[in-house]
Amino acid sequence: MKPFTFERAATPEQAVVALARTPGARLIAGGTNLLDLMKLEITAPTHLIDVNHIGLDRIEDTGEGGLRIGALVRNTDCAAHPRVRRDYPVLCRAILAGASGQLRNKATTGGNLLQRTRCPYFYDGNLPCNKRDPGSGCSAREGYSRNHAVVGVSDSCICAFPSDMSVALRLLDAEVEVMRPDTSLRRIAISEFHLAPGESLPIREFALEPGELITAVILPPPPAGRQFYRKVRNRASYAFALVSVAAVVEEDGSGRIALGGIGTIPWRSDAGDAALPRGAAAVAEALFANAAPTEQNRYKLKLAERTIAAVLAAANSG
Amino acid sequence: MPSPQSQQPCEVEVTFTVNGAPRSLRLDTRTTLLDALREHLHLTGSKKGCDHGQCGACTVIVAGRRINSCLTLAVMHDGDAITTIEGLGTPEKLHPLQAAFVRHDGFQCGYCTPGQICSAKAMLDEIAAGIPSHVTTDLSGPLWPSAAELRERMSGNICRCAAYPNIIAAIAEVAADDAAQAA
Repeated sequence: MKPFTFERAATPEQAVVALARTPGARLIAGGTNLLDLMKLEITAPTHLIDVNHIGLDRIEDTGEGGLRIGALVRNTDCAAHPRVRRDYPVLCRAILAGASGQLRNKATTGGNLLQRTRCPYFYDGNLPCNKRDPGSGCSAREGYSRNHAVVGVSDSCICAFPSDMSVALRLLDAEVEVMRPDTSLRRIAISEFHLAPGESLPIREFALEPGELITAVILPPPPAGRQFYRKVRNRASYAFALVSVAAVVEEDGSGRIALGGIGTIPWRSDAGDAALPRGAAAVAEALFANAAPTEQNRYKLKLAERTIAAVLAAANSG
Repeated sequence: MPSPQSQQPCEVEVTFTVNGAPRSLRLDTRTTLLDALREHLHLTGSKKGCDHGQCGACTVIVAGRRINSCLTLAVMHDGDAITTIEGLGTPEKLHPLQAAFVRHDGFQCGYCTPGQICSAKAMLDEIAAGIPSHVTTDLSGPLWPSAAELRERMSGNICRCAAYPNIIAAIAEVAADDAAQAA
């Protein structure tokens, strides 16, 4: 790890002011992803601003019947919250399907949104990776790509986005509230928050501007219908998704559907939602219209269709 | 790639409570909580396995919650209360989980055991607090420590000797004793 100076912020305002003032600074919350990247020197901030003591650790009802989840709410506490369990079970289930008990106790709502990819080439400083070293190339395209994305990919990057929580938030039409460097607030729709890689470098992953701090995730009132989160992985627990399906299905078979594990971002489309009453094959066809799998991850197309079918079967079982 | 840095190591004062005793250290900011415990306080019960939060050998309890001490900086825990395996029991007075691990042969090499036991202690508290898991069927119903729940909740602790059946048996026995006492 490279040396860094350290400060603890006491308020969100203090954190963004410190971030704007200090070149090379990064915010640290749970740290379960950032510290890993710092140990491998993939990321090397020269100053860390600890935001664990700035508040933003509450879950509150919004006036509109939704929920406001503070950015520092731990994944464990979000999943355990009575209203999340009752009204947003897809979010509860998605969080509980990710990581381990130890990690969920540390990881935060804001940090989970900002997870970096687990592509092995991103973590291996000896091999090309456009995300780590813009212009060096993508080793996964011709390399090991079994776990990689089949949609939202580009010539520059095919890595899968790892967060389960974000797939549920995409389904629920959440908004991300951020504080700008001047301490004013703005909201970003979750559909705009995660950015698929294009051909231009460096690859931009999030719609955050430099110096911004996530302050909360805002959920609209719970959608009508039953909610599901089904995750398929290499082992029964504590593994990233090969495919995951988040869905809300109404009595008449209509609803919404978002996929994880198969995209460079949480994957949802109007066409996919519209195809729900026509069954899993129609949904998969709509969601994978522009899929560009490799030989190694082509299996995800069929696996996703079958996982969607399993969710729809559960939805129809009453 | 990050730009080359000429920045010098930076030291800070950190004070926290470890197993009930206040401890003050002067540490390089890069020191993980695990290294602070092992290398500076010589509490070598907590183990370094993968050093990347994947194996659970470093599990300690901070403010009542189990965490991977390798994936957090000591300086982030200024003011916190930390419990390690040394704070749970002693050779003369084993914690019930320690005694159960001995009784059930819940280890072979023993390297993962302190992490397993710290994790199990906090995990049973999580069930008691009503925190659901991936295998919880009814998110609004009561929870109890079934074998399926214990296995899922302990998945962050790897045992390369694969003593899993005995680890689960040891934890299940303690969970049952706790339940009997509460009844």
